[in-house]
Amino acid sequence: MIDILRSEWTKIRSVRSTVWTLAATALLMVGISVLLTVAISNSGQNMAGDEATRISLAGVLFAQLSIATFGVLVVSSEYRTGAIRTTFMAVPKRLRLLTGKVVVFTVVTLAVCIASTFAAFLLGGQLILGTTSLSEPGAPAAILGSGLYLTAGGLFGLALGALIRHTPGAVVSAIALMYVLPQLTGLLPGQWGATVDDYFTTNAGMEVAIPGQNGSLGPWSGYGVYLVWIAVTLLVAAVLMRRRDA
Amino acid sequence: MTAIRATSLSKHYGKTVAVADLSFDVEPGQVTGFLGPNGAGKSTTMRMVLGLDRPSTGAVLVDGRPYQELRHPLRKVGALLDAKAVHGGRSARNHLLAIAQSNAIEASRVEEVLELVGLSQVAKRRIGGFSLGMSQRLGIAAALLGDPEILLFDEPVNGLDPDGILWIRTLMRDLAAEGRTVFVSSHLMSEMAQTADHLIVIGRGRLIADTSVQEFIGRSSQGYVRVRSPRLAEVAELVKVGELHPDHLRVTGLDPLEIGTMTARAGLPLEELTFVRPSLEAAYMELTKDSLEFTS
Repeated sequence: MIDILRSEWTKIRSVRSTVWTLAATALLMVGISVLLTVAISNSGQNMAGDEATRISLAGVLFAQLSIATFGVLVVSSEYRTGAIRTTFMAVPKRLRLLTGKVVVFTVVTLAVCIASTFAAFLLGGQLILGTTSLSEPGAPAAILGSGLYLTAGGLFGLALGALIRHTPGAVVSAIALMYVLPQLTGLLPGQWGATVDDYFTTNAGMEVAIPGQNGSLGPWSGYGVYLVWIAVTLLVAAVLMRRRDA
Repeated sequence: MTAIRATSLSKHYGKTVAVADLSFDVEPGQVTGFLGPNGAGKSTTMRMVLGLDRPSTGAVLVDGRPYQELRHPLRKVGALLDAKAVHGGRSARNHLLAIAQSNAIEASRVEEVLELVGLSQVAKRRIGGFSLGMSQRLGIAAALLGDPEILLFDEPVNGLDPDGILWIRTLMRDLAAEGRTVFVSSHLMSEMAQTADHLIVIGRGRLIADTSVQEFIGRSSQGYVRVRSPRLAEVAELVKVGELHPDHLRVTGLDPLEIGTMTARAGLPLEELTFVRPSLEAAYMELTKDSLEFTS
């Protein structure tokens, strides 16, 4: 397994799309935080601590799409170029390969995402607004939760990339599942509609980043539900990857 | 041990049959040519050997085991399928390094193979900008990384200039001379005539011939003995199996010695007694003419 991890690390660090998508994620996190907090502090509003924390981390909504694109590309770029054949020749046990990709991707993404959410909080919340700090209750959890939320989004992208094997198709699916459909489920009528809405992908997962929005789920149960969505997608992708011709 | 053994290998895509009941062995120490018209199923077969495509029925073993069960497959088998199937954004060195690491091949081997294929100078360049010839060399470098006993090349000379073709031919001959197994596909008979010792010929996914290059020519129905004699009609009567032309007799099924002995005993003078060897190209056309997928 260590061989596969080393190989996947070499692959991930040696292409530009990694740098670009990770830089975009960090930029969106920090940039949106700065934009919003500067606007608020210029308007002279006085913002409470937990509200300030939330605003400084609002970039997750957009950053999740760039990190999901990164996830898609880690797999789909190999299919697009045909390099997946070389990869499968080197590692014919495809489930081990997919596991290796997931592990390396998770470690890289987690590090970059938590650093980004931490920077966004420090810059927007603590420095510009000044009404929240790391000692504020709930602040460390929100920073960590936002990083975890983004990382999950990246894994969702990776799973969709492995399932669909086609960059545009997988990116569009990721946007639909993480961004568009979660807003539409809010329109569903009745109690069952509200439940579907609460359990739908990012609606559930967002609780770990910005708690208190979900009627049925708490931060960790919500994140757990989001991870189940991702795990199921990954499982289907793994079964198909084993079966399909390369 | 037999390097590659295919047993009743078949591959269907829906109703289309790409490979049908194909059985063959590929032996070490020689270049085995895998010959067939375009669309005959050569690439599909090679992908099945390498565990990329799953056979519909039958099996193929590499060194006695299915490819998927090899622990570090690249140390046993090296292959060049499509030289352009690489991530263009990576440098040549990083491309090879990632492959080496996956099979626990030390990094110093990357420099060795880069040197071997003559790409050391461009090791840091992005491979997206490589010419076809350079990509082909990079693909061969990747195939040689694990110092494998078994090598597969799918149409390796396609699109190469004469220098590149000569280089690949020499390389394949050298690899076989070192005792390795070299299995190389081509749709060009003339190419195989230059490099191969043994031929596996397929058409429409079926085995047409599995024979040495020598036998392949000899066995072809186009080989014949041309006989000319001032008393040609008498010779024709004596030999019986000939086909009489105005100025010569064309005999198949008897060799020159047999014919010469017969005519000498009968006291018939001969002007010419020549075995006309068919070209490999002619033998190939003869064999595959029924199995062309598309005929122009």
